[in-house]
Amino acid sequence: MINNPPLKIGIASGKGGTGKTLLSTNLAAYLSLTQPTLLVDLDVEEPDDFLFVRGTTQSITDQYKMIPVWDEKACTLCGICSKTCKYHAVIQLGSIILVFKELCHSCYACSELCPAGALPMQKHKMGEIKTITSGNLTFIESRLNIGEEQAVPLIHQTHERVEKTHGDIPLQIFDCPPGTSCPVVASTRNVDFVVLVTEPTPFGLNDLRLAVETMKEIHKPVGVVINRYGIGNSDVEMYCREAGIPVLAKIRYDRRIAELYSNGQLVYDKIEDMQTSLDNIIKAIQNVVRKN
Amino acid sequence: MKIAFTAAGTTWESMIDPRFGRTEFFIVYNDETQEVSVVDNSAVKNEAHGAGTATAQKIFEIKPDVLITGNGPGENAATALKQLNMKIFVNAHNMTIKEAYENYKNGKLQSL
Repeated sequence: MINNPPLKIGIASGKGGTGKTLLSTNLAAYLSLTQPTLLVDLDVEEPDDFLFVRGTTQSITDQYKMIPVWDEKACTLCGICSKTCKYHAVIQLGSIILVFKELCHSCYACSELCPAGALPMQKHKMGEIKTITSGNLTFIESRLNIGEEQAVPLIHQTHERVEKTHGDIPLQIFDCPPGTSCPVVASTRNVDFVVLVTEPTPFGLNDLRLAVETMKEIHKPVGVVINRYGIGNSDVEMYCREAGIPVLAKIRYDRRIAELYSNGQLVYDKIEDMQTSLDNIIKAIQNVVRKN
Repeated sequence: MKIAFTAAGTTWESMIDPRFGRTEFFIVYNDETQEVSVVDNSAVKNEAHGAGTATAQKIFEIKPDVLITGNGPGENAATALKQLNMKIFVNAHNMTIKEAYENYKNGKLQSL
């Protein structure tokens, strides 16, 4: 028997607050009714999928990044480190070397080039990865420590972990951070398809355009889900039609969804049209990915 | 005594640049010799990260006794500037360098 490779879906948005979590958690829970499904919360700066997943915690692991630590006794104050660091995370002020661990990108350049070996690399805890299971659903939450400035290293480590320990789960959903910067690119880099969740407002459209451009740049097929359909105007639909971007589903603006959501409830089994929307989304994605 | 201003231009009539890390210039005035010099910091605009610490390194080379700026340095720059024995005055935005100097002389700037 030949196993199909897993289907990896990124849920991203551009604009924040459009419904990534709503879609990710409901899609994952719904799909897990019939087959093993993985949900990964990669919005490491403010993960919130856990509010909607109730299960058993299997493991919590500390995640580290490597940063240089100054050995004052070994240092000859030659200045190579501060001239080398592209991120100005290592600076020399007279007879003192300061390391700013939040700015450090763990590139090892200062440490490797130091002729005195005065900048050994050390582990620095930046966050945690938690694994929770609930029936057919495996849920992974990646959480960055408060005060850490860089999400990307933890997102990369989470992808590596998923690949290693859960690579065989046939359906994988990655809830991505909002925006269009490095964390989004890191989150979506190995998915097969990106769903962009938006709302039919000028703000939704503006940020959707940016997200579409970003995904074009990294060659990802995209589809749009319009959440809170019925408010605002039809500009998002017009834009999608003109740009040739498929609209996978329209989730109607419904006060009941907001009420359920604010109580930490899933909605797919309580709102009548929701399962049809989720079915349409997954079918459309499977069609696009199969063709590629 | 050496006084450094974060400046948006290169003359006494230029405006204070309210930003520390991303200031375009430093105007440095020595009130004993009345010498004025300009330090170009505009290369910092190419830096995506670490502008604050890069500029802190630059000001360390200038070694002023007093720094006059607008918003005040960010957290990383502030940590670096602690290594310098330097008084920092803030809230000089919307002033020319000359006005900022007069306000400093009259004790009207807020010290950090």
